[in-house]
Order: sequence, then C-alpha cells, then structure tokens
Amino acid sequence: MAREITYIAAIMEGIHQEMARDDDVLLIGQSVGGSPEDPFVATFGPDRVRVTPISETAEIGMAAGAALAGKRPVVDCTMAEFLLVAMDQVVNEANRFHYMSGGQVTAPLVLKAGYGFTAGWAGQHTGSIYGMFMGVPGLKVALPSTPADAKGLMATAIRDDNPVLFLHHYLLTLETGDVPEGEHLVPFGQAAIVRPGTDVTIVATGWTVHRALEAAEELAADGVSVEVIDPRTIAPLDVDTILASVARTGRLVLVDQATKHASVSAIVAAEVAEAGFSSLRAPIVQVTALDAPIAYAKPMEDFVLPDVGKIVAGVRRAVDATVGAGR
Amino acid sequence: MDRVGTYRQMVRIREFEERVKRSFAEHPGVIRGHTHLADGAEASIVGSIAALRPGDQVMATYRCHGYPIALGSDPGALMAEIYGRTTGICGGYGGSMHLADPAHGFLGTSGIVGQSIPQATGAAYAAQVRSAGSAARTGDVVLCFFGDGASKQGAFHESLNIASLWKLPIVYVMENNSYSVSVRVEQEDANAAAGEPLATKAKAYSMPGVTIDGGDADVVHATLAEAVARARAGEGPTLVESLVYRLSAHGNSIAPPGVPLHYPEHEAVTVFGDVAEYEAAKRGDPVPRYRGALVTGGVLDAAAADAIVAGAVAEMQGAVDFALASPDPDPAAALRFVHA
Repeated sequence: MAREITYIAAIMEGIHQEMARDDDVLLIGQSVGGSPEDPFVATFGPDRVRVTPISETAEIGMAAGAALAGKRPVVDCTMAEFLLVAMDQVVNEANRFHYMSGGQVTAPLVLKAGYGFTAGWAGQHTGSIYGMFMGVPGLKVALPSTPADAKGLMATAIRDDNPVLFLHHYLLTLETGDVPEGEHLVPFGQAAIVRPGTDVTIVATGWTVHRALEAAEELAADGVSVEVIDPRTIAPLDVDTILASVARTGRLVLVDQATKHASVSAIVAAEVAEAGFSSLRAPIVQVTALDAPIAYAKPMEDFVLPDVGKIVAGVRRAVDATVGAGR
Repeated sequence: MDRVGTYRQMVRIREFEERVKRSFAEHPGVIRGHTHLADGAEASIVGSIAALRPGDQVMATYRCHGYPIALGSDPGALMAEIYGRTTGICGGYGGSMHLADPAHGFLGTSGIVGQSIPQATGAAYAAQVRSAGSAARTGDVVLCFFGDGASKQGAFHESLNIASLWKLPIVYVMENNSYSVSVRVEQEDANAAAGEPLATKAKAYSMPGVTIDGGDADVVHATLAEAVARARAGEGPTLVESLVYRLSAHGNSIAPPGVPLHYPEHEAVTVFGDVAEYEAAKRGDPVPRYRGALVTGGVLDAAAADAIVAGAVAEMQGAVDFALASPDPDPAAALRFVHA
C-alpha cells in the first residue's frame, strides 16, 4: 500500500528496509548515527551504523575495502561536491576492481549524495555534477526525481553488485509523493515516461523533470502535446526508450540543470543524432544551465538555470523548426 | 615461525622477481607497461605474512608480486598475468600492478599511491563487524602494505585516524625503502628531515609505531606477531615502519611502444651517483643474509639451502614456461567484467 511521504524519507526508508533485509548492509558517513537515539543506530547497532570524521577519501575508500570483504556499505557523502575531494576513490578504484581482477571480486557500495542545491548555496555546493560520472566504466549513477523512485532506486542500488552513485536533488528533499510501503525496487536502465505525448519529446532529470511537466501542462493549453521522459539512471542510460519516443514525436528537447558540455543532455543529443537522426523533424534543442558557476544572489542564480519559461520556449523552437526545408 | 619455510618463501619471491626482470631481455615485448619488483623486501614480506592465519586478509600497492607468492598463489598464474595471458590470475585484465587472489586472502591493490590504505582499513572494518556478529569472535586481521611515499598522502592520515578511533584490526606495514620513485625520503618527509623515524607519524593517531630492520625476517615476524595479536584482541592498529632497500630501480623503463623496455640501475646510482650506498645495500641483501643466519645457527645446512634455491629456480622456470605457452585473451573479452 502506498502513502504519501517526502523524498528524503523515502530514501531513508529504502536504506532502512535493505538494512533490515540484509545484515551485510552498513551505513557510514559524517552525519549518520551520531547519537544512540539515531533510528538507524537504535535498530542496527553501532557496528553497522557509524559516524565518520570529515575524511571523504577514507570513507569512500573504506567502503570499497569493506565491499571487497563482503559487506554492502552505503556512504552518506552529504553533498555531491564532497565526492570531488575523493575523486580517485569514486572513479578509479572500486569501479575498476571487478574488471581488473578478472571478475574475481565485487565492490557493492552506494555513495549517496545531494546535488543541485540552488537555494543560495552559491559557488561550491550547488553543482549538478553527475555528467562527470556517467561515462565512467563500472560506475552506475541514479538520479531519482520522485519519492517512489528515490526509495526504489536506493533499494536497487544497495542490491547491485557494483558501485552506485545515488544522487538526490536537494530541491526535492521535502517534496512528497505516493511511495509503496514494503519492498519496492525500481530497475536500473529503465526510463519512465512520466507524461505521454505526441508532438515533442522532453528528456529531463531530477528537479527539471518537474519543471518539464509544468511546461508540458502550459503547452497542452496551446495544443502542443509533450512527452516527458525521466531516464532515472543515467548509467546505465535507457537510450532505447528515448529513441522510440523520438521516433513517434520527431522532436527532442533536452532539459538539464548541468552546464551544457558537462550534461546528460549532450550525451542524449549525441545518441539520438547517431541512432535516431532519420526520426528528427527539427534540430535537437538543449535547455541547460548557462556556462557559469552558480552565483549567490538569487537573480543571478535564476538567470543561469533552466526554468519553465525557458523549457516552453525551447519546445516552441523545436515545434516551429523544420529540417532540410526552406533553403 | 618455520624459519626454513620462511627462507624458502624469500627465495621463491626473489627468483620470481629475477625472472620478471630477465623477461625484458629474454622475451622482449612480452611484458608491457610498468612493473615494480619486491627484491630486497622479501624478509619484510614473508616475515609479515607468516604472522597471519587463514581468514586474515592483505591489501597492497602496485609493488605487489611478493605478497600473493607468500600467501600461496600459483606463480604460474601470477607470471601469466604479468605476461597478459588469459591464464593469468586476473585473466590478463589487471597486469603487474593489479594482482588479486581473494581465495588466498589477497584482496588486491591500488595502482595509485596511498589509495589502498583506506581500502585495507575498510576491509578491517568489515572484519570487525564480522567478529562482532559471530558467536565465536573470528578476530580476523588485515595487513596493509605500502611504501614510505604513501605516508605523505591524505589517504594514509585519514585512514590511520579512523583505524585508531575505531580500534580496527589492522596492521599498517610501511616498507620504507628510502626512495619515493627517485626522491630521497629526507627530501620529502618532515620526520626524516628532522632525523626521526617515519613511525613517529603513529603518535599523531595515538597508536603504537615501531621502526624495525625489515631485512631480518625474524625481527619482522616477531614485530608483526605482536601487532597482529594486538589487532586480533581488539586493541587496535599498529604502524610498523619496516626498513628495506629495494635492490632494483623503482620500475622498468618508461618508453613508448617500439622501444624495448629494461630495468635501469637503481636511483641511488642513476640520480644521486651514490654507488657506495647501493653496493652496501647489496652486501646487506636479506636473502643471503637469512641463509647465513640459518646455516650459522645450524637450522639449515648448505646443501639443503642449495636445494631450496634449485627448487625455486625450477618452479619459476615452470612459471615462465607456463606463461609463455598460455594464449592471449580473446579481444572481445575486453567487454566482460565491466559490471558484476
């Protein structure tokens, strides 16, 4: 049975249920299990739930080693930018172990981190930096946009035998939605068609899924039918669902909170240009963050981010454009 | 400790490394990329691993050929890995720097300086949780091997802090060979520059730190036995600075494809022109030194020692033959094991 809970509660419920299901699941991080009253410590004890020093390299490296030794650690890394302190451990260690050992070992671990905190957190805590991880072999990347997906993707991440980067959007933290109560698994590599449509395909992730849905609603009033797709995991990336949608609509608008050249959007554009070119009836439109860091002051922060107005304008560009005509 | 067995293991590692080194001349092109030899560290490696029991685990750096040999891995599979063959212990996916043999307790390595230190620390955390969760505390211990250079990495400091804080069952064995590639330790280590041992770093993390002669297998074993017992008893980690002298250069020459690879002379000679230092190190070679101690002590006679050497020579010839006769991997196998 589903009930409405917040996105963050859904994530923690997913972790809690997996810890109850499997004694090998551990939870460590700078902000977990700091007190005996912590619900995770109270249930699972101080061996499986531990607060760590501010030592990202050690936290993530230890998760890799514990995973090699049979555990399934979840590291609450707090903010995505903190991963950058430990970049070697994120992209060059655990994700290579299975391969480099010729399949002898596995490193099942989850790195949970929030991203995109564009609420005045300024230059170093607001990044949508998933693009730099999505092409790293051996690493999986989940970007849930709803509470139900957040719970289901977390459970799947914990059961996966590979390192998984689970990136949750800070602006969605207190958003609510229906979430199944018991076991709930969302498969990796299966995009969700969150709104069906016939004229234009939008692909969006995280917080921008909701902005895309608002834009689709606005455009529907003008008779433009928009299909909105949320890949949910960007590694693996469900290119097939996107190509099938573009085959129906002939038009593609890519919405991304990352800067264009470090975005999921650019990768999807390349995939569709390569494998779906004949379906396109208009140039692909990318609605991404502008190529700048995030400023502290709100007007400047707003200026560089994609929003509903920019998405609507992007869709209109795609609808109005034609390919190969009028020359 | 089985001292004769210790000598045999030291000889086996030395002969394996000699065969890796000779491969560059005898079988040009068979070994690609970079290899790093353990010659000179045999007493430290074997004396340390002799303190372990089944269930214990080891992690190390890219200078990693010696540990799996001491742990019982098949030298043929190790040589085949270094030759990039499908029969290699990692199927040719890893190569010299990335040996792993979890069945023998060798969880693997990192090719990036210092980065396996937190990983070994995490394996020790897993061992601690495992012990706490079992009716009979298993008390498994992890040995973490790395060089003096790695102790300048943040990963080292972060890991030792947590290991001491959490009383993790781990022993950190820093093989101090006095060189970070081609930089002398007193050029890049504050303790060394101040005339203090590198084990001083343990004080910062409130754990025991000892500096020992890593060329003496008996001393190494006695030290490790105590540190391992302490870790097993739940009393936490120890930092052992094991003074060794690597008898080869940091690694084989680095060259673009087409240029034959070889082992240059040691950096003491090539960079610092200190032939005397290197010659002294060779005179202190731990392998003949241990043989001398065993023969003098009446533990081993010369004929038996010679037989051990002959056995190792034959064994490693077999390893080379096996590796040479083994097929290359199927190219398309490159897409296997990307994900588990």
